[in-house]
Amino acid sequence: MVLNIIPLKFSNDSLLKKLIFRLSVLFDDIRISYTLIDIEKSYSDQRKQYHSTVILESVIKSNPDMEGNVLILTEMDLFVPVLTHVFGEAQLNGKFSIVSVCRLYEEFYTSESDSRLVSDRSYKEILHELGHNFGLVHCKDWECVMHVSNSVEEIDIKGNYYCVSCQKNFRRK
Amino acid sequence: MPEPRLLIVDDEKIVRESLTHWFEEEGYIIESAENGNEALKIFEQDKFDLALVDMKMPGMTGLELLKKIKEIDEDCFVILITAFASVPTAIQALKDGAYDYVTKPVDPDELEHLVKNALESRALKFENKQLKKRIDNFIIPENLIGESPQMNKIFEMIKTVSETDSTVMIRGESGTGKELIAKAIHQNSKRKYFPIITVNCGALPESLLESELFGHEKGSFTGAHFRRKGKFELANGGSIFLDEIGTVSPKTQVELLRVIETKKFYRVGGNEMVESDFRIITATNESLEQLIDEGKFRKDLYYRLNVLTITIPPLRERTSDIPILMNHFIKKYTELMNKDIKGITDEAYHFLMKYEWPGNVRELENTIERAIVIGKGDFIEIDDLNMSCESNNMKINGTIAEENGNSLNDMEKRYILKVLNDNNWNISKSAEILEIERVTLYNKINKYDLRKNK
Repeated sequence: MVLNIIPLKFSNDSLLKKLIFRLSVLFDDIRISYTLIDIEKSYSDQRKQYHSTVILESVIKSNPDMEGNVLILTEMDLFVPVLTHVFGEAQLNGKFSIVSVCRLYEEFYTSESDSRLVSDRSYKEILHELGHNFGLVHCKDWECVMHVSNSVEEIDIKGNYYCVSCQKNFRRK
Repeated sequence: MPEPRLLIVDDEKIVRESLTHWFEEEGYIIESAENGNEALKIFEQDKFDLALVDMKMPGMTGLELLKKIKEIDEDCFVILITAFASVPTAIQALKDGAYDYVTKPVDPDELEHLVKNALESRALKFENKQLKKRIDNFIIPENLIGESPQMNKIFEMIKTVSETDSTVMIRGESGTGKELIAKAIHQNSKRKYFPIITVNCGALPESLLESELFGHEKGSFTGAHFRRKGKFELANGGSIFLDEIGTVSPKTQVELLRVIETKKFYRVGGNEMVESDFRIITATNESLEQLIDEGKFRKDLYYRLNVLTITIPPLRERTSDIPILMNHFIKKYTELMNKDIKGITDEAYHFLMKYEWPGNVRELENTIERAIVIGKGDFIEIDDLNMSCESNNMKINGTIAEENGNSLNDMEKRYILKVLNDNNWNISKSAEILEIERVTLYNKINKYDLRKNK
């Protein structure tokens, strides 16, 4: 199973390495890919954030035939209209997803750094968005990685695995 | 439980798509519309649990759409989304039935909780409605007993009249259960959440009845130390059951007529007009038609009261209900008195089945109650019934004649057994009462195979 990771405005190499290591348990082939897209059109001057849906659409457009799942990893602060922010976005039953680690850094909230925490949070959010790619919707189980998390506190509470019920619903593409 | 269905209405495509995507991840079924008219078209074809509606849209505004949605489906919850929080608009939205409103951009946590809470509230509201509907099903009170065709017809009538708000007159002999019917009508009507007030018009002297019905002001008559609400006032929202309506005096009849027409009255000694919304149910065991002929009952009041009539047949006309009534009362009183009576002997049973029951179900109940009080054995026996000899003998004769066609022998057998039982099987004493020789009595005992009950 192939996972393409596209770092986009992403500078934390050590985090990327950690995530690749952890994701290698699930994917036999993890590839780092690059893409050329105009991210400025996704930027909102008013909100000082990037519109995740626009980024996803641009990546899909420029890489329609990429093999396996495609995960865009970014440090940009993402939003969708109506909502103040999102940690990520994914195609339900698709293969493209985006995860922002911007609000997963502890510095964002407390000015204290915690690399282990950001790695855990990022890994959970990646599993969550990939879960949507595999057809999973939000789970009621608080410990399941598919439980909806609108804050880092909720991400910290949940586990880094799919619950039995979600595993059953897991549809490998 | 099926997946929740959401309708998103926003003129901005990007907002519709964002919200659709966001809620699809929750597993919800989403439809979207770009304006009010499109939303209404979707609404007419489909049912939704929740609508997220943008407040400011070209053409129909969110508030206008909210009103229209509520007209189509009042159970659909609506959350309005607005770019700028405006208190008057928000208040108006809530007044018009919106569940809540949010300001763009909304914190995802807030939106998630709001939607989840709305869906939970809707589910509870639905559950509540279902429960209420179950309660609203036709209920026959457990003490209104009968399986005869006549009683089934009565139950049908109760159901029919319960659905209306018309005045009902219940007719039937004393003890047939007129009050139970009145209560059943009330309990099955939309007024059941309010009281049913019973007034036995025959039990009160005229002077008191007026005050009882209309209430009185303090000092309006000797003994009126406090202001008191009358029965009509107490029945507000519910029903008033006027039993023995035929006994009401001509003066009170006039008052009643006025109250029925206007639903307004004055308390005795009062100047303040009191208004009350009640349904009148009356009952009588008299022939009101005859009372009208005799000039004792007003014809106009009769027509007012006699809109719907339920006539309860006397017990002797529905004897098939006697066994079920017997069992009900035996069970009721054995439990109440903590007695271990298993049933009724064949003899006593046949007697009760053949008896005329002039006092109807009430008399049957009293008879069973008394039998259980005095009965010593496992079964109620004919002697426990303690009914008047006159009626007893009369009915025993009738029973034997009808059942066997061999009346003399059976009557002799029954009579000898009664005398023996009455005298605790003292042969000499029984023979003396029967005015026969002891040997003859022994022969009769053998002939009829009579045995002393253990």
